[in-house]
Amino acid sequence: MTFASSFTKIVGAATALAAVVALSNLAARAEEEQPNPTRQEWSFAGPFGTYDKAQLQRGFKIYKEVCSNCHELHIPIRTLGQPGGPELSVDEVKALAASYTVKDGPNAAGEMFDRPGRPSDYFPTPFPNPEAAAAALGNAPPDMSLLAKARKYERGFPAFVFDALPIPGGMYQELGPDYIYAILHGYEKDDDPNWNAYFPGHKIAMGKPLVEGQVDYPDGTPTTLDQYAKDVASFLYWAAEPTLDQRKSIGAKVMIFLLILSCLMYFTKRTIWSDVAH
Amino acid sequence: MHGLSTFEPKNGFVKWLEARLPILSFGYDSFVAYPTPKNLNYWWTFGAILSFMLIAQIVTGVVLTMHYTPEATMAFSSVEKIMRDVNWGWFLRYAHSNGASLFFFAVYVHMFRGIYYGSYKNPREVLWILGVIIFLLMMATGFMGYVLPWGQMSFWGATVITNLFSAIPLVGNDITTWLWGGYSIDNPTLNRFFALHYLLPFAIAAVVGLHVWALHVTGQNNPDGVEIQDIKKDCVPFTPHATMKDGLGITVFLLLYCWFIFYVPNYLGDADNYIPANPMKTPPHIVPEWYFLPYYAILRSIPDKLAGVIAMFAAIAVLAFLPWLDTSKVRSAKYRPLYKKLFWGFVLVGIGLGYCGAMPAAEPYVTASRILSLLYFGFFAALPFLPKFERTLPVPATIAEAVLAKSEPVKTAK
Repeated sequence: MTFASSFTKIVGAATALAAVVALSNLAARAEEEQPNPTRQEWSFAGPFGTYDKAQLQRGFKIYKEVCSNCHELHIPIRTLGQPGGPELSVDEVKALAASYTVKDGPNAAGEMFDRPGRPSDYFPTPFPNPEAAAAALGNAPPDMSLLAKARKYERGFPAFVFDALPIPGGMYQELGPDYIYAILHGYEKDDDPNWNAYFPGHKIAMGKPLVEGQVDYPDGTPTTLDQYAKDVASFLYWAAEPTLDQRKSIGAKVMIFLLILSCLMYFTKRTIWSDVAH
Repeated sequence: MHGLSTFEPKNGFVKWLEARLPILSFGYDSFVAYPTPKNLNYWWTFGAILSFMLIAQIVTGVVLTMHYTPEATMAFSSVEKIMRDVNWGWFLRYAHSNGASLFFFAVYVHMFRGIYYGSYKNPREVLWILGVIIFLLMMATGFMGYVLPWGQMSFWGATVITNLFSAIPLVGNDITTWLWGGYSIDNPTLNRFFALHYLLPFAIAAVVGLHVWALHVTGQNNPDGVEIQDIKKDCVPFTPHATMKDGLGITVFLLLYCWFIFYVPNYLGDADNYIPANPMKTPPHIVPEWYFLPYYAILRSIPDKLAGVIAMFAAIAVLAFLPWLDTSKVRSAKYRPLYKKLFWGFVLVGIGLGYCGAMPAAEPYVTASRILSLLYFGFFAALPFLPKFERTLPVPATIAEAVLAKSEPVKTAK
C-alpha cells in the first residue's frame, strides 16, 4: 500500500469515527424530540399469546390492497396456509398464488417466460430492484418481511429490565408492532403528508398510507384507522415471526417439564447430601 | 488431588483396556472419586453450567452450519430460511444466539465468584490464567458469531471493532486490510470470520480441558478459602454429591435459558440486525452485544483512539495479573471485610460501565464512563495495598471446622 493510500485510509477512518460519534449524538437528540409509541394490547403478547387468525387475514388484505403497491414482502405465498398464521385453505392459497404473474425460465428454448404463481413462489416485488423503487418513489421502501422485528424504540432504565421478566407488564417483545401502530397514527399534520409524530426527525418518505374506510372488511369489523393499524401490525409481526404460536406452546411444555425436573433434582440432591454436614 | 487411584477394574474388558489406555480409571478418578470440598455453595455449580453451555453452543452451532451460507449476498436470507423453513430452525437459531448471552452471563458469574473467593491465589494461578484465555477466546468467538447473520449491526459492529486495529502505529492499516481480506469488510471477511467462528469453540474446548486438568491438580478452592487437609473429613466424593448438585444447578439455569429461547428470544438482540447489512448506511447507534458493553465503554471513554484500544485490552489483560496484585494471605472475601466492600464496588462499576456502553457517546455518559473506567483500574491498583489497612477475620483451620461452625447453631436450636 502506498503512503498516499494509507493516508487517505487514516483520514477516512477518522472521519468515519467522527461521523459515528456525531450521528449518535444527533440520534440521541432526535429521539428526545419524538414521543415514544404507547404499548398496545396484542393477542400474541404474553406467555400464552397466539395470533388471531381473523385479524391476520384482515391484515393480509390491507397488505395486499395497500402496502404491496410499494413494499416487498419476501416470504413464500404458501406460508399463508401454515398453522399459526392466517391459515388460508389449500385452495385459497393456490388461487391467491395463481393471481400473481411470475417470471420464470429459461425454458428449453432459452427464453424467460411468464407463468401463473404457485404457492411455493415468494410474493412478487412491486419493483424489479431497490434502485427502481428509489427512482420511482424517491426512497426505496423497506422489505416488510422482518419490519416488525427490525423496529424498536428506546425503553430506558429501568423499564428495559422489566421487559425481560416474567412479571405482569413484563415480557415485552412487541416494540415493533407498537412502533408500526404508532407510525400509522402519527400523520397529524393535514398540510404535510410526510410529517409523522413518531418518526425520528418527523420527516417520513412514506406519505399517509391508510385512511378510514379505505379497505373493506367482509366480516363486518369496523373499518377505522385504529383497526387497520392493529390488523396490519399484527400481520407484519406474524410475517416476521411465523413460528410464534408453535414456539410458545412448546415453551410452556418445556417450562413445566423443567420445573418438575428441578423439584425432583432438588429432593434427590437433598437426600444424597443428608448424611453430610455442609 | 490425585492420590492413588481407587479404581479397581473388575470386568475382563476393562482390565484389558486399562493395561493399554487407562482412560476409565482417569474418568473415574476425575469425575467419580474426585474429592470435592463439602462446603461449596451454588456459585460453584457455574463451572458445570459453563461446560453444559459450551456443549449446547457447539451442538446447536454445528447443526446451524448445515443450513447456513457464509456468503455476503446469501448469509442474511439463509438465516431467515433457517428461521422459517428448517424444521426446528427457529429453536436452533434462538437457542444459539441466546446461548451466547447465557454463556457470557454464566462466565461472568464464574469469574466474579473466583474474584470474591480468591480462587486465583497460589497455587491456582495457572488455573486462573487459563480461565482468562478461555474468556478471551469466548469474546473472539462471540464477536465473530455476531457478524455471521450479516445484518446491519453485524456489519457495523465488525467495522468498528476491526477498525480498532488500525490504531496500531505504523502497521495498523495493513493489519486491518489483512484482517478484512480486502480494502473493506466484505465477503472475504465473512468467510474467514465463519471459519474462525467454527474453529475457536474447539480451541475453547481444548483450553477447558487444560483448565479442568489444572483444577484437578490443585483441587477446588472453596467459600472459606482453606485448603483440603483431610480428604475424609473435608470432602465428599464428586459423584454423587457434586454431580447431583451440578445437575440441579444446570436444570435451574436451563429454566432461565429456556425462558429466553421460548418467550423473549429477541430481547437481548438488536432490532437493527433484522435489517440486511448495508455498507452505504450507518445505523444511528452502533452497539455491541451486551456482554461487551463494559469494555466498549472503556474504549470510548478515552478520546485518543490508540489509548482507548490499549485501555480496553488492558482491562481484560489485567485480570491475568490478579494472582500477583492481590497480596493478601487470606483467600476468601468472607474473612476480608475491606476486600468484600471493594469487590461489590467493582461489581457495580462493571454494571455501570455496561450501562454507559449502551448509551450514546454523549454527556453525561462520557464523564460517567471516564470515572467508572478509573474506578475499574482503581480496584486492581488498590489490591496490593489492601493488606496494610485490612484487619482480616479469623480463618477456620480446616473445611470441617468451617462446616461445623455453620451447622452448630442449627443443632443447638433443635
